[in-house]
Amino acid sequence: MKIVDPVKTLQAKFADGLIDVDERSSARVYVSIDPARVTDIVRFLFEDLGARFIIATCLETRAGMEILYHFSFDSLGVLVSLRAVVPMPEPRIDSVSPIVDGAEYIEREIADLFGVEFVGHPNPVRFLLADDWPEGVYPYRKEYKGQYPYRTEEELEEVREQIRQRGTK
Amino acid sequence: MKTTIPVGPYHPLIEEPELFRVVVEGERVVDIDWRTSYMHRGIEKIAESKTYDQIVFLVERICGICSTSHPIAFCNAVEDLTGTRIPERAKYIRSVVAELERIHSHLLWFGLAGHYIGYHTVWMWSWKYRELVCDLFERISGNRQSYAMLKPGGVRQDIKPSEYKGIMAAMDELEPKMNMFIGAVLDDPVILARLKGVGNLSREDAIKRCTVGPVARSAGVDIDVRRDYPYAAYDQVSWDVITQTGGDVLAMAVVRLLEILESIKIIRQCIDQMPEGPLTEEILEVLPGEGIGIEEAPRGECFHYVRSNGTKVPDRVKVRAPTYSNLPSFRSRFIGERVADIMIILASIDPCYCCTNRIVRIENGTSVQTFDEKALLEMSWERTKALEKGLSHTAGRLLKL
Repeated sequence: MKIVDPVKTLQAKFADGLIDVDERSSARVYVSIDPARVTDIVRFLFEDLGARFIIATCLETRAGMEILYHFSFDSLGVLVSLRAVVPMPEPRIDSVSPIVDGAEYIEREIADLFGVEFVGHPNPVRFLLADDWPEGVYPYRKEYKGQYPYRTEEELEEVREQIRQRGTK
Repeated sequence: MKTTIPVGPYHPLIEEPELFRVVVEGERVVDIDWRTSYMHRGIEKIAESKTYDQIVFLVERICGICSTSHPIAFCNAVEDLTGTRIPERAKYIRSVVAELERIHSHLLWFGLAGHYIGYHTVWMWSWKYRELVCDLFERISGNRQSYAMLKPGGVRQDIKPSEYKGIMAAMDELEPKMNMFIGAVLDDPVILARLKGVGNLSREDAIKRCTVGPVARSAGVDIDVRRDYPYAAYDQVSWDVITQTGGDVLAMAVVRLLEILESIKIIRQCIDQMPEGPLTEEILEVLPGEGIGIEEAPRGECFHYVRSNGTKVPDRVKVRAPTYSNLPSFRSRFIGERVADIMIILASIDPCYCCTNRIVRIENGTSVQTFDEKALLEMSWERTKALEKGLSHTAGRLLKL
């Protein structure tokens, strides 16, 4: 499919899914989307328009967890960033990994560091955090001030025993 | 019978220790899984407490080999965020530094690739020529690595006109040697037998798995940030994007070797056309907003995202190094390959080198044999030797050259 203006194409296709389109410059476009429509829009960009998925970015704002999906139209030199804001305290969004293979790791990373749940992720296991990192502590959130959960020697031994029993796969 | 070989967590080839679980049946690989972050440094989190000028030094330390790629990407992001247009001379200096770095990085990779397949002549040659570039860097910036040339809005140090002659002389010395080197390497039947058709990556897979840089270009995906999103002085000089087909290790080697020649071309033109003028454009304030900076590092596209809240420190910095995008391609490339080829396929995407390593062979859940880097290298070398025997009439041609 030959595309001339990806933003116009996107606007025509998803009139209801787009909240705001901000064409910052000829090479940078930020599109706010309805989080519920993320898989449809990503599928359209990646499969139909042939955009390359660069990476996703997550950051914590007052409105909630803001997830940006950066796509590149290399032949046009246009970078389209989809912005989906998911509300706290339980941020949750559909996973795009079943569509975009290259999104699997970054979604696991965001789940580890920001505690965003990606619904339908094919392999939702830890990616960055250590095996003995406690549940519910998300190091890249603003509330986290760099404290590693302190453990006594007995507690450490307990963790070691757990890891021993689990074994290496 | 299926056997799992964990490669890592202290890994022979990748800069950050990571664990590959390679499932093999006999000699052939049937599956691969990946686990990382044994050495996560939290640079993105640290960046949230540093000023924009300081972060340039911080991101320079993400990678020791491509130590100018991350600063360029970050500066691009800050300039995108503030709408700064950098002076012409700064653009040219950035291009010269980035291309010199590409030459030394590709030569470093080729030397290591030669080492992994047991071709130590290639290794020594490649690193010998790399010294030319490292010496140039020392003259220009005072450092062989981590040059600290960049700052948001321009460059920190000038390349003095008195240095032009030395740079041109080094390029003149390097070019014929590179031509000879490329000819010798691509002519060698044993190297061809070791690299050709190993770790194939189809164009569809390269696109589907979102690969970037030389990995994507070797599979026939025509992308290059320098051309698609021009930054520095790349839109003012003439050069070509190198692509190959097949996506095997040989295609990747060819892409990298030919890119060295393109880099030499770019550096010559930049020095010839180097305009006079100031080195930096002052950035007085950073308003709330966001910016994206991308840069073609030697290993592929390097991506930085910066969100500002109007204070002197950013709200969020996101860094995506090229290897992150290239690792998923292993899934396509490993299946069906030989264990002896693991080393060269892992090396082919040019991950950076890390300290120690160990490989344990596990059968039925218990460790029966521990391979270290030496053992794995010997397996790889044995295969080269066996090939050499089979091709004895042509073997050793490289040594005679």
